[in-house]
Amino acid sequence: MTRHYPMGESVIRAVDGISLSVELGEFVALLGQSGSGKSTLLNLLAGLDRPTSGSVLVRGRDLSGMSSEELARYRRNDVGMVFQAFHLIPSMTITENVELPMRFAEVDRAERAQRSGESLQRVGLGNRLKHRPSQLSGGEQQRVSLARALTNRPSLLLADEPTGNLDSRTGEDILNLIRDISLSLGMTVVMVTHERALAERFAQRLIFLADGKLVSEEVRA
Amino acid sequence: MTGYDLLELAVRNLRQSKLRNGLTTIGISVGVASLVAMLSLGVGLQQMATRRLAGSGLFDTVFVTSRQDFRGFDREDDAKMPHPEQAPVLDESARDKITKLPNVMEVEPEIRVMGEVISGGETHFGFVTGLPMSARVNEAFDNLKGKFFSSNNADETILLTDFAKELDAKNPTALIGQEITLRYGERQALPQESSGRPELASSENEAKSSDDYGFSVVRKLQRLRVVGLIDSEPYGGMRTVSRGRIFLPVGTTERLNMAQFTDMRSSLRGAGGKSYMTLTVRVKDPGKVAAVQDAISQMGFRTFSVLDATKSLRRFFTVLDLFLGIFGSLALAVATLAIINTLVMAVLERRREIGVMKAIGASDQDVRRLFFAEAGAMGFLGGVLGILLGLAIGKGINFGTAIYLTRRQLPAEAVWSMPPWLVGAAIIFSVVVSLVAGLYPASRAARLDPVQTLKYE
Repeated sequence: MTRHYPMGESVIRAVDGISLSVELGEFVALLGQSGSGKSTLLNLLAGLDRPTSGSVLVRGRDLSGMSSEELARYRRNDVGMVFQAFHLIPSMTITENVELPMRFAEVDRAERAQRSGESLQRVGLGNRLKHRPSQLSGGEQQRVSLARALTNRPSLLLADEPTGNLDSRTGEDILNLIRDISLSLGMTVVMVTHERALAERFAQRLIFLADGKLVSEEVRA
Repeated sequence: MTGYDLLELAVRNLRQSKLRNGLTTIGISVGVASLVAMLSLGVGLQQMATRRLAGSGLFDTVFVTSRQDFRGFDREDDAKMPHPEQAPVLDESARDKITKLPNVMEVEPEIRVMGEVISGGETHFGFVTGLPMSARVNEAFDNLKGKFFSSNNADETILLTDFAKELDAKNPTALIGQEITLRYGERQALPQESSGRPELASSENEAKSSDDYGFSVVRKLQRLRVVGLIDSEPYGGMRTVSRGRIFLPVGTTERLNMAQFTDMRSSLRGAGGKSYMTLTVRVKDPGKVAAVQDAISQMGFRTFSVLDATKSLRRFFTVLDLFLGIFGSLALAVATLAIINTLVMAVLERRREIGVMKAIGASDQDVRRLFFAEAGAMGFLGGVLGILLGLAIGKGINFGTAIYLTRRQLPAEAVWSMPPWLVGAAIIFSVVVSLVAGLYPASRAARLDPVQTLKYE
């Protein structure tokens, strides 16, 4: 699979012929310097971007052939995303943030309240539901963002530098949480990071990227 | 996303920047208010004009005149007809023929003669006109003190209040129930053996009435009981018979055989007796007016009905409404630019948020509809506020004109009227205009690339 961006007269080969497969329920870490193409690869898996050539197959469905409406439905129902900058909507309360994906999925109101409560419970934020994101610490915000990612019960969790804005203790807590949840829900996790030590502790497989190419792979026990 | 969720999110977003969206909404409401105020002014003026016409009791009435007496305004049409001097005269036989037309209820002449009322040794000049009995039903009067005529033949009179004041300056209403003396000119046939009696031109011209050979105008007195007073001229001052100060039942004026201006002609014509200036023909139902009018035109007479008046009136008001609408829309056009500006700003400000929404499952369509909903909500709110503001402006206009009219001692009249359909139409229009203004910002928001907006900055 490739993804090229035109940049003036030259072409940036952000993802340059990568071939990769991830098992159901697997926890995979993508490692590499900035500019190595790991975030682009994650966006391709998330259906936020389309490959220039090649295809992305998720449980037999080819994302590269989907309409933008179908991609939106795929992101809504099959994918949960966690970002380095949390990307919570500052004007909404914690509960409203977590319920937002369910609005797009047209889940009815009673079920929304129940499911958002469950998700927040799962990430250890049972109280503080009426707070705004700005009133929470970084770690707590990332928990909310994780709860939001889980609320539509996706089979794939994509995390883009989830610990990048957190101190190492909090970062570890979050990754513990992600691993526990993926194990208990049987969810596949693909995480982008540049912290090798953390990746080695939590991921089952480490994939190293450089200049848009797959350099090496390391399977952990 | 469901419609309710969409609206909830839209309203929440609008409340995020209250000042900016509030100002834009006020802008829309000013636009809607100016449009509504202008159109309501048009509607109000039209209603006022129509009210005048309705008060004239003309909707079921056709006026018939001879083309000898009145030339039309339409010269081209006139040229196709025979020369006016060859046109038939409105005489008894014409009156009979018209009375026998289908759907005709009553045919009354319009009689307006000069007269004098003698009171307290003084004489007071005034025009005397005959009112048909239908005048009461047609609401020809705004405000009648006392009673209407008891019959078409009664020796009774209704006076204009102004005239009554001439007779009794202190207490004109005391005249009701009193008798007054009217001096008028009677058309009196020449005595059979009169020396000045001319021979008929030919044997075919048989005498048709007793005064066919000639008549004299003789001064007469008649006692009349005052039964009522009216403040303003009947029929909104729009008919020949309106322009008088002493009103009698039309039957009484005919019985008294009052001499009229047209009598000069009948004294010169060989035969035919009396002729009339104008006949008013009442039709059974307003829907039949056109047919009756047509039939009378066929007989060679000039006809006029309110149908003709409303036709040109409607044309005039369509043009007026168009211009008022264009001026009113200008402010709304400016408001449209404000909506576009506000929403484009919102798209720029919420780039990140739009990207997040897309990443967690919003489709392009959801984003587009969200901005549409915001535009629509502003439009709706602006429309409602605009209606209220427009109502306030209208009340102001009516209040102002009322003061102006009262100072000039005219009855106050509403020149501004907001019909219910305009309320609905203005709100719908405001929403539609806002949605159109939202087209560009919404599609711009929908096109945003989430990968670009979510890059860590």
